[in-house]
Parts: sequence; structure tokens; C-alpha cells
Amino acid sequence: MVTINVNKFKCGYCGACVGVCPVGALELVETWIEVNETCTSCGICAKICPVGAIEVKK
Amino acid sequence: MKSEYDVIIIGAGPAGSIAAKTAAQKGLSVLMIEKRQEIGDPVRCAEGVSKIWLRKHIEPDHRWICADVKGSRIYAPDGTMIEMAEEIAGGEVGYVLERKIFDRALAYESAKAGAEVMVKTRATDLIMENGFVKGVKVMHLGETYDIKAKIVIGADGVESKVGRWAGIDTSIKPVDIETCAQYLMSGTGIDQNYCYFYIGNEVAPAGYVWIFPKGNDLANVGIGILGSKSGEKKAIYYLDEFVKKNYPNARILEMDVGGVPVCGSIEKTIVNGLMLIGDAARQSDPITGGGIINAMEAGKIAGEVAYNAISKGDVSTRALKEYEDKWRTTIGYDIDNSLIVKNTFTSFTDKEINSLAHSLEGVNFSSMSLLDLLYALFKANKKLLWDLRGLFKNVVKYELDFER
Repeated sequence: MVTINVNKFKCGYCGACVGVCPVGALELVETWIEVNETCTSCGICAKICPVGAIEVKK
Repeated sequence: MKSEYDVIIIGAGPAGSIAAKTAAQKGLSVLMIEKRQEIGDPVRCAEGVSKIWLRKHIEPDHRWICADVKGSRIYAPDGTMIEMAEEIAGGEVGYVLERKIFDRALAYESAKAGAEVMVKTRATDLIMENGFVKGVKVMHLGETYDIKAKIVIGADGVESKVGRWAGIDTSIKPVDIETCAQYLMSGTGIDQNYCYFYIGNEVAPAGYVWIFPKGNDLANVGIGILGSKSGEKKAIYYLDEFVKKNYPNARILEMDVGGVPVCGSIEKTIVNGLMLIGDAARQSDPITGGGIINAMEAGKIAGEVAYNAISKGDVSTRALKEYEDKWRTTIGYDIDNSLIVKNTFTSFTDKEINSLAHSLEGVNFSSMSLLDLLYALFKANKKLLWDLRGLFKNVVKYELDFER
């Protein structure tokens, strides 16, 4: 189950969220972020996103 | 594209391109892949770089140099300004580049040296055999391919996956990343001869605002804040506040965002058949966030070590330790020292930063060496001397004389 929402209209596809994900659940492909099932909803990606494009589903 | 190469490099930034060029010049068969369809775009950088270090790797070209600056102006929270000459202002002051053209020029140099370059080609995994990295699985225009290699070099930037696939934990904690946003702006009216830095927790918590000239009336106006300080208020919000207050009539022509590792050296950057370089190896400077020069240096070392290892027929961790040793005793030495300074400065209050700035007011930096600057700082701030005592183990006993 995808546990985070990435607002593709805000995302600047910089990859910072990918670098901080502790379980490697995120990947930057072209201009979008893909999230796999290992996501633990820890919220680190949402915290460091420079533009606030990521929302964690609780 | 062949089915096998001596070296495959993942990522065509400055680190990857210099590694590809170096390895190809030595006669190795090299493939460099880039997942994006345009090398150098989108930009994730303030684009400042030291002239002396840049010239070690490529002859400056007016096509990718936007501005040639002569110094820095650093503003403390209370507005106190310190002006520093280019020579002591750090690795990010000198030329301001046009990365979109610069990165492509570096890739072109690698291609001229004989490397194959493939864009829109994404690494999806490593090929592993008997505990050795033996190649890369890639996706190119929707098709998947297995490409074998004697050595794989991961130059895939802040979002690096290559290290993780090989069992190296490269994940960055929020306290170890600067989260950044930048506008290319017209009409700021800045003096194009200077790079500007604004520090202080109000304007940029545990980071700084930069304004780098880009020729004519253009400038990169950007901000980096420490990831651990980011929350409800993101980097872009701090940038918007700064721009609204200082340049309400300037126009935004481009927006760039990014994350810069400021964690210092990671535990290891090699495994059997693999090396990590540049941001993938977290080799950016923890104080300034600058990474271009370190990336190029690491790329050159990795290209040379790849040649040495392949020539000897040994690509094991033991053979690749030559890379690990060389980068740690050169750029790694500076990175480790910068980490100590960064950890001290990010704990300072705005009042303490003001106090530091006041102690440097009136100092003539045009004729001052970096050591003179440190001496002036330490002399005026005994607490700083104590806070940075860890640095002394590395530097002071060899290079600084505080008794003079």
C-alpha cells in the first residue's frame, strides 16, 4: 500500500526524499517519485522536501 | 551499446564524467549512463566553484562561465558585513557556472576520450556474482538490458541507489542534509563582482542564503536549511520570505530545488567491483555544501584506480582500497575538518554569530590568509577555540601557531 502522497504539481524532482529514505522505498524516475511497499510512513521524506510536495498518509 | 565493458559509470554529473574521461583516456572501454534525457538539467546547484581547482580538470570556457567574482560578502543576522577576497572565500567562490552547459561539456570531454554515453538510461539494479559486482541492469526507453562490467562506478548523486544495492548504507539523516531551493532572478541589482551570503537562524536555520551573480542583471538567489530544522516551514517558504523582503521587484526566471549531503565521510565507498563517487559517496563539503570540485577529484581518482585494478586483474575491495585511501587523505581530510566546523557553527545562536562578525569588523581580508582569518576569530572568541578543539587534532598542531 502506498503510504505517502507526492503532489506531482509541486514536486521539483530533486531526489532529496530518495536520499533520506531509511528503507530505500522511494525512487526518482524521470520527473516523478515512485514509492514501493517497503515504505513505513516514517515521514522523513515529507520533513525534508524543500517545497512541501510530500504528504504522509496516517 | 555493447554487452560488456571494462567500466560502467552510473550518472553523468561532474563526478561521473571525469571518471569516464579518466578511464577512457587510459584505454579502458567505458559506458556512462544518465537516467535523465538531458545531461545537466534540471540544475540542483548554486553553481559557484573555485577557479584554481576547476582548472585542474577542465580549461575554463566562456560558454559555461556566467560570472567571474572577486570575493564574498557575508552578512551576520544584525547586518554586519564581512568582505573576503576570492582566494580565501572557499571552494564555491570564483566562477559562477551555467551547469546545464558545463555538465554537458564535461560529458562531451568523456565522449571525446572514447567513453560511450547513453542518456535516458536508468540503472535498476546491479548484477552480482560470487560477492562481486559484475555489471548493471538498465532500462533504456522502456526496454531492459543486462550489461556486464569489470568495475561499476556509482555517481548517481544525492538519491544514490547504487551504494544501497551493493550493501553500503548511504541513507542520510535529516540532520545530515541541507534542503535547498533557488530562484534564478532578474533585477536584484547586486554587484556582479561578489557572491553574497546571509547567515543566521531567522533567515536560514543552520544554513545560509546565497546570492550568486550570473551575468547581466541575473543572479541565483537560493537557500539551504538543515533538514532537521525543516518542518511546517520548508526551504521554499524561507526563500520566498527573503525574496519578498529584499527583492520585491525582481523577477523569477527559473526555480531549482535540491538536497545536499552534509554528513561528512561515510564508512565505506567500495565493495568488490564497485566504487562510489561524488554526492553518491556523500563527498560534498559539510560547511558550504559545495560538491563540484570534490566530485571531480573523486572521479579522477576512481578512473585511475579502475585502470590500475583492471590492469592487475584484481577488482576486489582490497585492490579498490587505493581509491578509498586516496580520497580520504585528500578531499576526505578537508571534509572531516569541515564537519567539525559545521557541527560547531550550526549550534550557534544569532547573538553568537553577531559576536563573531563583530570581532572581524575592520579586518583587511584582501591581504589575509585563511590561517590569519582563523587566528583573528579564535583570538577574539575563546569559546570558539574550545568548541573547535576537535579540529586541532587534525590541523592545528601542524599548521597553526596560536602563540604568535
